[in-house]
Amino acid sequence: MNLTIHTTVLPHEDPDASVAFYRDALGFEVRTDVGSGTMRWITVGPVGQPGVQILLGPAAVDPGITDVERRMIADMMAKGTYGWILLASDDLDATFDTVQATGAEVVQEPIDQPYGLRDCAFRDPAGNMVRIRAVA
Amino acid sequence: MTSPADAHKEAQRRRDLVLLRQVRDRMDREYAQPLDVEALARGVHMSAGHLSRQFKAAYGESPYSYLMTRRIERAMALLRRGDLSVTDVCFEVGCQSLGTFSTRFTELVGMSPSSYREAAREMQGVPTCVVKVVSRPVRNQEAPATDPHLP
Repeated sequence: MNLTIHTTVLPHEDPDASVAFYRDALGFEVRTDVGSGTMRWITVGPVGQPGVQILLGPAAVDPGITDVERRMIADMMAKGTYGWILLASDDLDATFDTVQATGAEVVQEPIDQPYGLRDCAFRDPAGNMVRIRAVA
Repeated sequence: MTSPADAHKEAQRRRDLVLLRQVRDRMDREYAQPLDVEALARGVHMSAGHLSRQFKAAYGESPYSYLMTRRIERAMALLRRGDLSVTDVCFEVGCQSLGTFSTRFTELVGMSPSSYREAAREMQGVPTCVVKVVSRPVRNQEAPATDPHLP
């Protein structure tokens, strides 16, 4: 077996706002964009790493999800307790400055965590937490 | 079917949740500033009482409790480092009163900040993953203030 991690999924609410965040604030390239209105599925990923991407898609569209569950997911996204992702940078502080300068919503400035890593965090327009950790 | 009035209420409720998220993120971002619930409420154009009730309904604890937990968590990290006094740490994490800080710290952690600082010194050399587990603050559940040693 030679498995790779290829795509991870985050929900959007306003596709244009989410694309703007991942493209303009994080510097990702937009690879595919299908659908229309709020029913859009967009893949974005870091330049130079074609094998890995984030799929931004509408939340809770599986027909097996009940209205109660759909409402709960929308509430959790609004509260900021639903989706999150961990990214990494070999120059965390410069990355933080660059992302912050785009006007992205800062949740945490870079700090040394007691468990031995340095990280920072932003909030994407759909309420997902985007945490970025330092790697050597 | 959902009536337009219900849909409107639902949209309003969700916008309020987004405001609560912004308040919570602001506490994560600015916990070291002299923030209080009034200032947080002003930031989202709510009264302090309304914010406190709504926040507690959404997140299960009051904004004040959330903010103090953030501060105590950070204080624990700084005390473990060992290069700052308890008073320095108290101000460093945005607390204005050493008394309030010590009381809340003891409630959450189960020992006073100075005992904790002392115990952390004894724990030097223990792997950080173990330290992380045993030294995590207890959210919404006060630790018993008995033995001044880490578990």
